[in-house]
Amino acid sequence: MAGTTSKSFVDNLGKIYGVYAGGFIGFVIILAILEQMGVPNKIIGYCFVFLTIGVYAYIGIISRTSEISEYYVAGRVVPPFFNGMATGADWMSAASFISMAGGLYLGGYGGLGYVLGWTGGYVLVGILLAPYLRKFGQFTVPDFLGVRYEGNAARVCGVVVLFCASFTYIVAQCFGIGIITSRFLDIPFEIAIFVGLLGILVCSMLGGMRAVTWTQVAQYIILIVAYLIPVVWLSIKLFGNPIPELAYGQVLDQIGVLEKKLGILKPHAAAYVDAKGQFSWVEFNNFWALTLTLMVGTASLPHILMRYFTTPNVKDARTSVGWSIFFIFLLYFTAPAYAAFAKLEVYTNVIGQNVNALPAWVQNWSQVGGLLTIKDANGDGILQLSEFIINQDIIVLSMPEIAGLPYVISGLVAAGGLAAALSTADGLLLAIANALSHDIYYKMIDKTASTVRRLVVARVLLVVVAIIAAAVAGTRPSGIIQMVAWAFSLAAGGLFVPLVLGIWWKRTTAAGAIAGMVCGFGITLFYLVGTRYFGMTEWFGIRNIASALWGLPIAFVVTWVVSLMTQAPSKEMQEFVDSIRVPKGDLHWVAGQAHD
Amino acid sequence: MADLTPERRQAYWARTSRLMWTIMVLWVIFSFIIPAFAVQLNTIKIFGFPLGFYFAAQGSLVFYVVACFWNASAQNKIDKEFGVAED
Repeated sequence: MAGTTSKSFVDNLGKIYGVYAGGFIGFVIILAILEQMGVPNKIIGYCFVFLTIGVYAYIGIISRTSEISEYYVAGRVVPPFFNGMATGADWMSAASFISMAGGLYLGGYGGLGYVLGWTGGYVLVGILLAPYLRKFGQFTVPDFLGVRYEGNAARVCGVVVLFCASFTYIVAQCFGIGIITSRFLDIPFEIAIFVGLLGILVCSMLGGMRAVTWTQVAQYIILIVAYLIPVVWLSIKLFGNPIPELAYGQVLDQIGVLEKKLGILKPHAAAYVDAKGQFSWVEFNNFWALTLTLMVGTASLPHILMRYFTTPNVKDARTSVGWSIFFIFLLYFTAPAYAAFAKLEVYTNVIGQNVNALPAWVQNWSQVGGLLTIKDANGDGILQLSEFIINQDIIVLSMPEIAGLPYVISGLVAAGGLAAALSTADGLLLAIANALSHDIYYKMIDKTASTVRRLVVARVLLVVVAIIAAAVAGTRPSGIIQMVAWAFSLAAGGLFVPLVLGIWWKRTTAAGAIAGMVCGFGITLFYLVGTRYFGMTEWFGIRNIASALWGLPIAFVVTWVVSLMTQAPSKEMQEFVDSIRVPKGDLHWVAGQAHD
Repeated sequence: MADLTPERRQAYWARTSRLMWTIMVLWVIFSFIIPAFAVQLNTIKIFGFPLGFYFAAQGSLVFYVVACFWNASAQNKIDKEFGVAED
């Protein structure tokens, strides 16, 4: 694989990744044996972090390319099954892997809004957008806006929204990478972030989308193995049932009993209740608002949409959405089980124990930036529930230790979390750098730039954006899951309406789309920043993680009204839209629109 | 696309839109209508799972997977019928 992807490589993907997965499992077994022979935990942690990053770096380096279409869309040869895996890794970030089960642990039913929201959006992607964007067949999402809404104004609006959403998202990933590397390499958080940054850059810088694609497939395999093994293990240990998704019905039952014993007012499985266990309309409304904005955000995030630019044709783009959601489903349908098992372990093995006899993991995790605090407030020497405060971002990472599994499982989970955070960070970084280099630099500043120059610009921007993101993450702006939810809201408010209406409603005009984007994104951003930083009162109690609930309807109405007030798009533009809607045949470009 | 008369093109898009709306309605049911009744559904228990919890944790997710593959295969059939599938 020198500059272009060879057919024999694509034909042998199954074999290559099969051997790779087998090798990884062998590696885990060897480390498990070493642990039994007395190799210290610290060495095992180092092995997991450095060897997996080494593998990604290797794939990144052998996939380097100097071809424009390889760099931007992986040569459009990615088979649907593997694109599904790559999308899975691209999609599942530190938020899904590290924080989501933690959110479910703390929030009970309320946390399921994330589970629904981060899966259901693929129905929108598959039906409304992916096949049509693939037919359009350019490099970036703003590309589509620029062509459909005839001009740089729409393109720039698209880039601004893309940048704000993806940048917020990538900061959250750097934060997650920092937590893992600092805990498992035993180095300060601020330095750990930059170590992780190297892991991101080696994958994406040389090979662009091509390298990121093949690394993401490798990362998916590691992250799914790492997520499933501890839960399956616990399920066998506690119930003799290897399918945790079935076994945790019993866990929910037992948790219910323990909750009564411990005097917890808010039951795990109860829907829409406040802290006192009473039904609450505010909880009810926030649940569906969050579900909706996360789903719509899914169908608006450019780093996901651009994955469907890489399949060989339109039909494969559709099938690929099916595989994506299937691979994502494997993790999401396990997460609530993970949370339930963790809760049961904490209630039975941690609460009520002697404070001085707590195991070593409590010590280890207490040292990572205040994410775990234990304080014997009443001085009775016994740990009460209210004296044990655990942050949602470390539930998944610490669960193997809480449950007393071998340390090798902790290392494995760390490697999985790292894979999840790195793969998403790579996808996001590429989305941002591509939009800046392709849409802003090439399309608007220098249309005569040579291939070499375009790729140099793309790579320099990639590094610059990565460093800024890591620096911002070092200031610990917020929790992972909140930052990610904001990113979804920003994308949903700004991009969903112009993309969907651009394909499904021919009457949408450039003025309408631009006005809709500005208002939708503007309101979303206003609500988010206002409630978060300026103490603005929440409207109807809706939390700012669902800010797009206000931006979305406004974007729809404004686009619709302004479109009807302005002159209908030209006949040529209508024919262009027609040609996007049909898989076969050439596109009918509007005269004067540059394309390549 | 060159092969399609305007009438055929319209018929093709009508069929595609119908498929889109069918799945979208089911999507709304599984994403919003069923969760809206979670409190009532939770009073029913199956294998230890309160039913409302079960739907949001597993049931609706299964529907999403099925819906995406279903959309792909149904749309492929429509494409073939109208002769607009890629070679």
